[in-house]
Amino acid sequence: MEKWYLMTVVVLIGLTVRWTVSLNSYSGAGKPPMFGDYEAQRHWQEITFNLPVKQWAKFINPDWIALHTSRGYESQAHKLFMRTTVLIADLLIYIPAVVLYCCCLKEISTKKKIANALCILLYPGLILIDYGHFQYNSVSLGFALWGVLGISCDCDLLGSLAFCLAINYKQMELYHALPFFCFLLGKCFKKGLKGKGFVLLVKLACIVVASFVLCWLPFFTEREQTLQVLRRLFPVDRGLFEDKVANIWCSFNVFLKIKDILPRHIQLIMSFCSTFLSLLPACIKLILQPSSKGFKFTLVSCALSFFLFSFQVHEKSILLVSLPVCLVLSEIPFMSTWFLLVSTFSMLPLLLKDELLMPSVVTTMAFFIACVTSFSIFEKTSEEELQLKSFSISVRKYLPCFTFLSRIIQYLFLISVITMVLLTLMTVTLDPPQKLPDLFSVLVCFVSCLNFLFFLVYFNIIIMWDSKSGRNQKKIS
Amino acid sequence: MAALTIATGTGNWFSALALGVTLLKCLLIPTYHSTDFEVHRNWLAITHSLPISQWYYEATSEWTLDYPPFFAWFEYILSHVAKYFDQEMLNVHNLNYSSSRTLLFQRFSVIFMDVLFVYAVRECCKCIDGKKVGKELTEKPKFILSVLLLWNFGLLIVDHIHFQYNGFLFGLMLLSIARLFQKRHMEGAFLFAVLLHFKHIYLYVAPAYGVYLLRSYCFTANKPDGSIRWKSFSFVRVISLGLVVFLVSALSLGPFLALNQLPQVFSRLFPFKRGLCHAYWAPNFWALYNALDKVLSVIGLKLKFLDPNNIPKASMTSGLVQQFQHTVLPSVTPLATLICTLIAILPSIFCLWFKPQGPRGFLRCLTLCALSSFMFGWHVHEKAILLAILPMRIGKNKDV
Repeated sequence: MEKWYLMTVVVLIGLTVRWTVSLNSYSGAGKPPMFGDYEAQRHWQEITFNLPVKQWAKFINPDWIALHTSRGYESQAHKLFMRTTVLIADLLIYIPAVVLYCCCLKEISTKKKIANALCILLYPGLILIDYGHFQYNSVSLGFALWGVLGISCDCDLLGSLAFCLAINYKQMELYHALPFFCFLLGKCFKKGLKGKGFVLLVKLACIVVASFVLCWLPFFTEREQTLQVLRRLFPVDRGLFEDKVANIWCSFNVFLKIKDILPRHIQLIMSFCSTFLSLLPACIKLILQPSSKGFKFTLVSCALSFFLFSFQVHEKSILLVSLPVCLVLSEIPFMSTWFLLVSTFSMLPLLLKDELLMPSVVTTMAFFIACVTSFSIFEKTSEEELQLKSFSISVRKYLPCFTFLSRIIQYLFLISVITMVLLTLMTVTLDPPQKLPDLFSVLVCFVSCLNFLFFLVYFNIIIMWDSKSGRNQKKIS
Repeated sequence: MAALTIATGTGNWFSALALGVTLLKCLLIPTYHSTDFEVHRNWLAITHSLPISQWYYEATSEWTLDYPPFFAWFEYILSHVAKYFDQEMLNVHNLNYSSSRTLLFQRFSVIFMDVLFVYAVRECCKCIDGKKVGKELTEKPKFILSVLLLWNFGLLIVDHIHFQYNGFLFGLMLLSIARLFQKRHMEGAFLFAVLLHFKHIYLYVAPAYGVYLLRSYCFTANKPDGSIRWKSFSFVRVISLGLVVFLVSALSLGPFLALNQLPQVFSRLFPFKRGLCHAYWAPNFWALYNALDKVLSVIGLKLKFLDPNNIPKASMTSGLVQQFQHTVLPSVTPLATLICTLIAILPSIFCLWFKPQGPRGFLRCLTLCALSSFMFGWHVHEKAILLAILPMRIGKNKDV
């Protein structure tokens, strides 16, 4: 494409921001004996390097870990090595996917594509977690993005392969699995189950099974080993939620201690049912009317449903919702920017624990400025821009005075931002009262949860009311 | 919503650039910093804890005060803000004290002072005429100049990583250049005089200022062929320029004159004992000279022309700041470097006098003066190259 040099500048800016954030503290720095995610990753390197595959999942004996003298190893050179591995993984997998995705966007100018890439690469949540707190989310999110790219561009087989790799890298990607499944199934139906559709279905099934087998082959030697892996991946014993997270159950817990009242299996059933009930409409719609736009929005609403209602959700799981929202940044810039700001804010307690206040504030401001400059988001708040036109027309059939939807949304945005800024200031400057030591974390989670519920409703509305204009407009990839 | 847009200052690409680079500077806070960090902390301590009479005599730390008095007053004012961050940094005996609050305060002080630099860049942009080129933002001279100056990576690395206060000083210089372009000569002269008393390294470019102001301001008109019209000499202008410089210098050096400390101040400001080259060589002519001397001495030793006993022990490449003698080539004295520098700037000065081309000619002469002084000066730091780079940016953009 023309102006490749501008895209290079954008990527370099993204890399610079990532590297400067990595200068800061990481999760569990200097905090024995538990340390944090940084130590977890180092520990996994230790295991996989030193032990044969058979024993990777066998960690029942805690003494074994203590024998290794490298536990809790922290040094400047080691930190540099760890940070570099994150950067390289990012550079090889996630960043090319973002660049390619933006280049493949249709019906927008080159400058807007580059601006889009800049905004996605500046998204603070991923940078702070990967380069600050320390994790390797960019690998799984990158693979998922390659999957989305493949499927949107009709390279279904490669897309599925990429997504299988994503799932096998990090099981959280299962949040995205249903939309992939429904979209591909819908495509097969559309092509006709008796002809090409069936062939496609078979091919996809083969690819998925093959990639899973390849990844899991070393662990299939013993049944007990496979079960052990599964137990590690899906720790249902840990409870409905851990720590403070911005989902329904934690917020509910503030008023009614459901974690303590209800028995474990009831909690499991409750969570399962509410998750699936909330994502069912969008998924069914996607099977019946597969479209690339619907696919992306369904990714958002599915992941958000899982985040809000699922079992043992961590705050970082919001990144799985943020990725699809980044993908629809060009279509609904105002709402996407708002969501991405809230998602970063929802991780505030975690970031403060890792002493990442300065990078958080700076990257959030940089992201906000980039979005406002690139998309002029404050001028795109009309009903049409928010994709709520068909919805408000339907509502106006029953309530003719319903004309102030965009005004309401603007006010909600202002209230949300003011609340977030105030809570941030309070958390940083004030000490919580002695009787309620977790007051600020709980407040942050509660406010974020309310915001997320609003977004869940909003995204579902877009998906469901897209049908009427979907058939008339030409297909927008 | 419109108010919010204006509040975030993003209706304007210049604000976005300035805000963006400021955010980057904030991200650079936890990076490495050099001994210059301790230098400035020490100066905060000296100016805060000691009376003026002690400022240029204090030597508890090896990093003695070697900038002119205005910079000392600047540190004094800063120290009154510093005491709210961390009182301990203002203790002269707390050598190498760098608590996180000290770091935060010092870094933020540099970032804050850069406001002057941003303002100066804005003023320089106003002097550029960008109407001829097309609509594309990235092709507008103003945009290019702003990016090259605001996001100047040399300045970013030296100021926000290595740690120095060059930003606002360059801001003063760019502002004085802008004023000269805008034909506000008295302001330009005043700003330059003030700048000299902040950091005397700007003496490198003083000849350009002196000659330009004398030729193009004190002589109010030219003959039709461009040469000097002696009768148009304006005494009023000369006297007012002189008065401005004199008043600024009096304000700066006056107190020390009263205390009879001028020789001491000058010995601190111009430490000729530090040697021809800095600890790490600036890539100037004397670096080549030293290298040649080294090569010749090695050859001489091999071919037995030189007696090993006669070769002095002090090595130029040891990373130390000291005086030494050359072995094969003649040793260089400060006077020799001065003469070389003067010879180097003579052509551009002549052009400025005999064929004045207004502010553009002045800018070119300024760049050349800076570059020549860098090339042939005594004890030049590598950072001094910024003095030549930044004015060059404006020159390049004017020719676009």
